[in-house]
Amino acid sequence: MSRIEDVQVGAGAVGQSAPRRDAAEKLRGKAQFAGDIVVPRMLHGKVVRSPHPHARITSIDTSDAEKMPGVVCVLTAADLADLDPYWGHAIRDRPVVAIDRVRFAGEPVAAVAAEDEATAAAALERIVVEYEELDVVGTIEQALAPDAPIVNEGPLRPGLFHGLGELAPAEGNVCYRYRLDRGEIEAVFAHADFVVEGEYTFPAVYQYAMETHTVVAQVEEGEITLWASCQHPFLVRAEIAALFEVPISNVRIVVPYLGGGFGSKSYTKMEPIAVALARKARRPVRIQNRVVESMVTTRRHGMRCRMRTALNREGRLLGREVDCWFDTGAYADNGPRVTATAGDAAPGPYRWAAYRVDAACVYTNTAPAGSYRAFGATHLQWIGELQVDELARCAGLDPLDIRRMNLCTPGEELRAGGKPLDADLIGDVERAAEAVGWGTDKPPGTGRGLSVGLLAAGAHPVSSAIVRMEADGNAVVLVGTTEVGQGARTVFAQIAAEELRLPAERVTVRGTDTRFTPYDRSTGASRSTTVAGLAVKRAAEQVRSQLVEIAGSADVESDSYPELFVRHFGLAGGELIGRGEVAPEGSGSYAEGPVFWEVCVGAAEVTIDEDTGRVRVVKTATVADVGRAINPQLVERQDEGGTLQGLGNALYEEMVFEDGLLLNETLLDYRVPTFEDLPEEMHCIIVENEDGPGPYGAKGCGEGSLAAVTAAVATAVADAGVPMTELPLTPERVWRRIQELKEDEAWPR
Amino acid sequence: MRLELWVNGSAVVSEVEPQELLLDFLRDRLGLTGAKRSCDVQACGVCTVLVDGRPVSSCCFLAADAAGREVLTIEGLAERPEFERLESAFTHHAALQCGFCTPGMLLTVAALLETGELTSVEEIKRGLAGNLCRCTGYRGILEAVCDLAGVTP
Repeated sequence: MSRIEDVQVGAGAVGQSAPRRDAAEKLRGKAQFAGDIVVPRMLHGKVVRSPHPHARITSIDTSDAEKMPGVVCVLTAADLADLDPYWGHAIRDRPVVAIDRVRFAGEPVAAVAAEDEATAAAALERIVVEYEELDVVGTIEQALAPDAPIVNEGPLRPGLFHGLGELAPAEGNVCYRYRLDRGEIEAVFAHADFVVEGEYTFPAVYQYAMETHTVVAQVEEGEITLWASCQHPFLVRAEIAALFEVPISNVRIVVPYLGGGFGSKSYTKMEPIAVALARKARRPVRIQNRVVESMVTTRRHGMRCRMRTALNREGRLLGREVDCWFDTGAYADNGPRVTATAGDAAPGPYRWAAYRVDAACVYTNTAPAGSYRAFGATHLQWIGELQVDELARCAGLDPLDIRRMNLCTPGEELRAGGKPLDADLIGDVERAAEAVGWGTDKPPGTGRGLSVGLLAAGAHPVSSAIVRMEADGNAVVLVGTTEVGQGARTVFAQIAAEELRLPAERVTVRGTDTRFTPYDRSTGASRSTTVAGLAVKRAAEQVRSQLVEIAGSADVESDSYPELFVRHFGLAGGELIGRGEVAPEGSGSYAEGPVFWEVCVGAAEVTIDEDTGRVRVVKTATVADVGRAINPQLVERQDEGGTLQGLGNALYEEMVFEDGLLLNETLLDYRVPTFEDLPEEMHCIIVENEDGPGPYGAKGCGEGSLAAVTAAVATAVADAGVPMTELPLTPERVWRRIQELKEDEAWPR
Repeated sequence: MRLELWVNGSAVVSEVEPQELLLDFLRDRLGLTGAKRSCDVQACGVCTVLVDGRPVSSCCFLAADAAGREVLTIEGLAERPEFERLESAFTHHAALQCGFCTPGMLLTVAALLETGELTSVEEIKRGLAGNLCRCTGYRGILEAVCDLAGVTP
């Protein structure tokens, strides 16, 4: 394996802030997104969605719509009788369109394909669906009630990518459970000097990728082609193949640039209904969600949590008990994985004598919930860290000191049989603390908070890459990672350039087309640089060693590559191909995972306006503990993006459901951070300890900052005297809490 | 109805529906897909184009209301000599990620640079508050615009 210091550092080589490869296309408005693609004979699809959260469908009359000029066809469940029309990568519980019953407001009931969008929209109005409303399971509490209506009767069937072991039989509306149990928990609490406990609420959140879910589907001669805004094309390919009963190789997925994802475009989303509609129409169809539709296509899980944490007089954290319930909506989506990842995050990276976690994923009659950046960690870290701070206050310890005393150190086991800690968390939190002026005087109304957490990252480590070098000495990288804005193409070009000793501009990285790009499990879980990047590195190394062999010299430089082709092939032609593969070492089971622990360390300084309850975030610090930064500027930009989303999760963002109906379904009443929310100081600290499993010791980033900042804002607000138990920290909630504290004579602290 | 207007410096004559949105007119009839669709309620800014030099949300602006006026889209801005500065600043500061908000952001920045109102960090934040970006956290964009406006970040 070549080391960075052994090779010539080119313009785009590893460790340099090389400019983004896609900048010109994107700045000039030339970059194509799924909604910009026009396929010959393409129709426009629109989806009829249920207005009721839970109802029996008594009749569907499509005849008026079908007679409209310009309408090509209307799809209902009756058109899918030749299939097993259920999908879902974790649990195969979701019909392509509703069958006899709707389980959430917004569930697809039918779809129209028409010559233009306006006709399709008008046809929606002519489709008459009659419903008989059923009792609504609107909340986690209602779902868990003994006499609750059952949202999905089951038996639950595992999907293609369940990946979490044997699927237990459903208990009522609980579709999945994840438990951790270590040490003698009751004994530990019995001997504790200090115990804090509480109940906490985390809201449903909309990822708001600015590009909504968009798919163009074409079904021709047994081949299914999709141009789709999807993060995981290879998993979508397999799921579509299984659903429509064709070989995997007969499904082709082309992924143009993605207008943001953040998990909302992970796994399968609008692809099944688009394919079903195109299949019936016998013409290509485009379906592009409106924002209100994307909001009910997938979202972040709302959660209720009960937690208690124990400390002894010497300042040692002893034990933690966590019960949490995740509202996964009407269908599982990625709920089981979110629940398991949250379970892993729940104890926090401390040296416990005992902990017990019981995390349950619960069906309700609300929109399905799945992945959103830093899922699990964002849900639990703010709660655990609030309790650590409260215990520190009980014991008279500084929040930084209690963390120094109790955080695990590199190599320590975090979870039985799992990957040991691969990061210096104490060093990380010390840096974050310093960046926000920890220990210096605070003006009145100001609070400072720290937060430390870990996120099981990397997903399943299966990725391949191919590097092709042409006779002019330029190289093309084929890799299945989608460019979702993270800068994957830039980073892969840098890695290949490094290994091939080429200037980065002589390396091209193409977009994903499953017909040509080799398999990459997914683009998510901060895995691309670490896992796919390693595959790219290995593929480039193979080409480089062929060049070295032809040259008979390890020092051969890129200006002599063309003559090597002539020497080897006898003409200025031929091609050198390198293949890189990453596969699990060991059994590859989740129990042995994760690929790496993503560090979620941050700090914040806030001010609170006592009269209005408004929280303002003045300073933030995040730590990108990335092992090695292939492109430091892109690392910083990832952390900054996560920081603002963390502010949104902490302060503003909440999908408000009432009896299963989403009340704030536009960007006017669903508030995301704007330019004016940018903190005065935003510090991103890059830590490079070369302790990652990826190329050059790299490990992923970009999610940790979201969990870290959400938690640091919560601990900072508590530090200012307002301990909160429900996010987001809206002015109304904070103000009401201050009034309660005043009544208890606990304000000002 | 018949619509006559200027788009990116060229005269355009077209049939449009009376209720047709400028965004659909640009994207579907003229193939100018640099303007994007997202929120549909004038909250996000990805559909921003300039009409007579002022930013408008083309998702909430009738094509018919652009009659006789000059519309500038990202495709037109990219052809102008001053675009090079914008491109260079945004590239240097990595002031973009997914790129979906980028055309609207650049058009707003271009319009505000033209009027000279970007005189401080606060003005920049206020001026760009109608253009959402979910990826970058705004920091890179702020740095790029500070460079362009000659403001110390």
